[in-house]
Amino acid sequence: MAKLTDSNVFKWLDERVDLSPLTKLLYHKKVPVHSHTIWYYMGGVTLFLFIVQVFTGILLLMYYVPGENSAYESVQFILNKVSFGWLIRNIHSWSANLMILFAFIHMFSAFFTKALRKPRELTWVSGFILLLLGMFFGFSGYLLPWNELAFFATKVGTDIAGAVPFIGDWLKILLRGGDDVTGATLSRFFGFHVAILPAAFTIFLTLHLLLVQRQGMSEPDSFTKLPDEKKKYISFFPDFALRDFLLWLIVLIALLALTVFSPWDLGIKADSLASAPEGIKPEWYFMFMFQTLKYLPPHIWFIEGEVFGLLAFGAAGVIWMVLPFIKIKKKLLIESKYYFYIGVFAIAFIIIMTLIGYLS
Amino acid sequence: MKQDRRGFLNTLLGIGGIGAIASIIYPVFEFLLPPESREPTVSSIKAGAIDQYEVNSAKILKFGREPVILIRKDSGEFSAFSATCTHLDCIVQYRQDTKQILCACHNGHYDLKGRNVSGPPPKPLTEFKVSVINNEITISTMEG
Ligand code: HEM
Ligand code: FES
Repeated sequence: MAKLTDSNVFKWLDERVDLSPLTKLLYHKKVPVHSHTIWYYMGGVTLFLFIVQVFTGILLLMYYVPGENSAYESVQFILNKVSFGWLIRNIHSWSANLMILFAFIHMFSAFFTKALRKPRELTWVSGFILLLLGMFFGFSGYLLPWNELAFFATKVGTDIAGAVPFIGDWLKILLRGGDDVTGATLSRFFGFHVAILPAAFTIFLTLHLLLVQRQGMSEPDSFTKLPDEKKKYISFFPDFALRDFLLWLIVLIALLALTVFSPWDLGIKADSLASAPEGIKPEWYFMFMFQTLKYLPPHIWFIEGEVFGLLAFGAAGVIWMVLPFIKIKKKLLIESKYYFYIGVFAIAFIIIMTLIGYLS
Repeated sequence: MKQDRRGFLNTLLGIGGIGAIASIIYPVFEFLLPPESREPTVSSIKAGAIDQYEVNSAKILKFGREPVILIRKDSGEFSAFSATCTHLDCIVQYRQDTKQILCACHNGHYDLKGRNVSGPPPKPLTEFKVSVINNEITISTMEG
């Protein structure tokens, strides 16, 4: 493949605005080749799905009209009247869910390969913030079609937020734009979904990617231990990037297949005077927390079970975020023998609780 | 002396900076909290004629901003409760087969006195007063 730097356009630009920092960022990185190399692709897939979200989201914006009397109707219009409307909307929904799934996979692969060790602490922190923002993306987007399931799931979700000690009531009103889930909530969620979250996400994503490019890929212990002549690398650009693109194409095909064979239902329109239907569930990535809250007794010590659960999840989230900094008896937690079991416990907990949530 | 002056200016700048940030954040947060709704608080609503309602059935009505469930029992009598589940805010329904109030969100049950009998709801539903005058139904808050 001809080198990018040999092209005339590149030379023209380079003479005027020194491009060497950019080429350095692109070319200096090497990707180690070993039995865990596959995990290096997970972040890239997540990135691709985010790009798909931005692209399809902007297209949906051309027809979507927020508002109690127009949101549902406009999504219906997109689905039934707009050419390829069903395709764009379904890709947006599927890609949203896969993006969160891959963000989880990416996070746990970073955990188990211990990629979060010095000097990559901030990459971990920024990545975790991206996951939280992604979940909030999903939560806010879910309400936008203003259908019955989403309406009640949002009522329940924001009501749970209201149980947070001290700031709960305030948080609930802030999220709902009033005491109840109404058109005001829809306007707000729309604002979160298409303005605040994309901006915040882009900032943290840029930081995350810059850190990754500057620091290069982490090497697992099994690889570092090898004698130098046994260590194999490929260049990030173009060798690894081309493999990335190939995988993105495969993911795109998978997205199309999911869209065609398993489209998302729009359901029936939300009605604030209708009884809740059966089967109100949070989105799958909130299920493990929701299910855990259900199992807590009404009172634990002197506080309500639900409040206790929220505090516990909050604390667990904070600990998870600062994991690379935690020391126990002057030794980093990452280097201790418990580390591996913490990860296994976290995954098992999430999977088991999610399954119970769906099966019960 | 020189150091003092620098320190003094730095402090001044710090205070000014914090003040500037606070004077931006405060209005933004206040802006995000919606103004109190100006809708008058309702103390009673008319629910129409009794023959509109079959026995063993129920209807959800708007009481101000709040949904209320009006139930006509087998005996022909009426009762009304807040339709908002005390668990997590879903809207309840009347079950004709079990003659109970059900919240389908997490399978919470209330009896026809509004008492939480099973499932997650922690409290009974608030009851409303139903009065029938000349066949016309009026629902009002218990306080009147
Ligand atoms: C960044 C730019 C984005 C824009 C402009 C955008 C825009 C929109 C719009 C207009 C809708 C309503 C139409 C519909 O419901 O199909 C929507 C729905 C939705 N969005 Fe996004 N979105 C963006 C990113 C994301 C991301 C990153 C996620 C990932 C978690 C996401 C998750 C969702 C979900 C779950 C729905 C509901 C889909 C449904 O069931 O209809 N969006 N989005
Ligand atoms: S909201 Fe009614 S049982 Fe949970």
